[in-house]
Amino acid sequence: MSTNNDRVKIKASNINFYYGQTHAIKNLSIDIHDNKVTAFIGPSGCGKSTFLRMLNKMNDLVPNTRADGSLLFDGQNILERNIDVVGVRKKVGMVFQKPNPFPKTIFQNIAYGLEVNGVKDKEFIRKRVEDSLKKAALWEEVKSRLHTSALMLSGGQQQRLCIARCLAVEPKVILFDEPCASLDPISTNKIEELILELKNFYTIVIVTHNMQQAARVSDYTAFMYLGELIEFDKTSTIFTVPKQPKTEEYLSGKFG
Amino acid sequence: MNSKKEKIIKLIFTVLAFASLLFLLGIIIVLFKESFSIFKNINVFDFVFGRHWYPTYEPAEYGILPLIVASFWVTLGAMFVCIPLGLGSALYINELASFKQKQILKPIIEILAGIPSIVYGFFGMLIVAPFLQNLFNIPTGLCAFTASLVLGVMAIPTVASLSEDALSFVPKSFKEASYALGANRWQTLVKVIIPASISGISTSIILGMSRIVGETMTVLMVSGGSAIIPKSIFDPVRPMTSTIAAEMGESAVGSQHYHALFAIGLILFLITLIFNVVAEHISKKYRVKLGLNR
Repeated sequence: MSTNNDRVKIKASNINFYYGQTHAIKNLSIDIHDNKVTAFIGPSGCGKSTFLRMLNKMNDLVPNTRADGSLLFDGQNILERNIDVVGVRKKVGMVFQKPNPFPKTIFQNIAYGLEVNGVKDKEFIRKRVEDSLKKAALWEEVKSRLHTSALMLSGGQQQRLCIARCLAVEPKVILFDEPCASLDPISTNKIEELILELKNFYTIVIVTHNMQQAARVSDYTAFMYLGELIEFDKTSTIFTVPKQPKTEEYLSGKFG
Repeated sequence: MNSKKEKIIKLIFTVLAFASLLFLLGIIIVLFKESFSIFKNINVFDFVFGRHWYPTYEPAEYGILPLIVASFWVTLGAMFVCIPLGLGSALYINELASFKQKQILKPIIEILAGIPSIVYGFFGMLIVAPFLQNLFNIPTGLCAFTASLVLGVMAIPTVASLSEDALSFVPKSFKEASYALGANRWQTLVKVIIPASISGISTSIILGMSRIVGETMTVLMVSGGSAIIPKSIFDPVRPMTSTIAAEMGESAVGSQHYHALFAIGLILFLITLIFNVVAEHISKKYRVKLGLNR
């Protein structure tokens, strides 16, 4: 399934993924477009998070898994064995379900990604920390306490810190794995505004349980069920005139 | 009927729970009471810093500095063995070992912990000591160095398994966050996982030290037993624990010698108590730091 117009950033063709004997993703093909937000929806266990984690090679950390098919990121197949995993992860940032700042200061959290990538210039790091926090709409709230523990922040602030941390290494793609699952409505609202802001500069892929959220933030929506991609189209189309009966059933709350 | 039964059961468990407190109190009271009378004749300073331990001479001298120094050197030496090996194993098991290797390595370390200290003593006395004697060409293999080596090996399981626990308590999400930012395995380990578990690791080291300081049977067998302040690591020594073990049997009950041995026991108890309190304090701080208390 593909949609026309926009530039394709990630092109997945006939992807299969296995956890041991479990066939978690079945023959999935999809195009993810540059500077757009693509949402993956579907009931728990449908393989949407697994697919998301394939995009930054996070599944490599899980033992006894295997993948086939082709997953082209800017034309390079990142499923190949001898791929530069660290290089891929630098280009594909990720924001996790539960905010996971390091037990370090706010400043150190954001500087971390730069330091592990070999940046030594103190002034450059300081500037980048400030820029990243501004882009993540957190600067005003934390500028006076950059050197206090990140764990003292509220959940919503922690999540925006994680977004800032991810922005600091200048990725091309940002993956959001149910970023608001543990946040209150106000924090959720802030994160959603941020996503809409960020899509001007990045390609964004978001996995969410919240259909309204997908409707609010995404340009494209993919509906997955039992490891298969059932339907993929413009968000406006999916939510108004879905082609597959299964999609309609899910969107109208008949299961899931 | 039922509530009566419940009350009885509750009472039994309450008594059991408080039993260890009772034992602790009993031991402390006896230690203080029995060691107190030595300080009527000798002041604490002379006892702790006296350089001569001649309990059976006439007049007897009770200076335990040689014993303290011996314990100190042996413990320090053992730390050089158990910290690198214990931490190394913990890091390997936690970070590098495959699932299968983990299944083999962890039980092996536990078995190492289960070997009776007398067996370590045997091994040290009959194998390690003669080997070192030949290797370094020293008058006797039973010396501080041998004791350190054997005690160090004995403490590996404590350090390894407790610091492995500390490493595995580090939430997986930290590791994922680090990898997702493009950090490699080594950077993740050094910059995220070790700092996040450093308090747990220090606790494991302190408890390992505590184990080494208090170990008796092995040191009695391999340390050589001479109560003189050692000039080199290859001198025979007599740490505090082995002094008590060796002399308690031959000292007359109620004699000054007898009370002096109790006083050594009291000092040992205080040292290990401090270690444990420090370890407890550090591990509490570590929980707060990781936000586990919230």
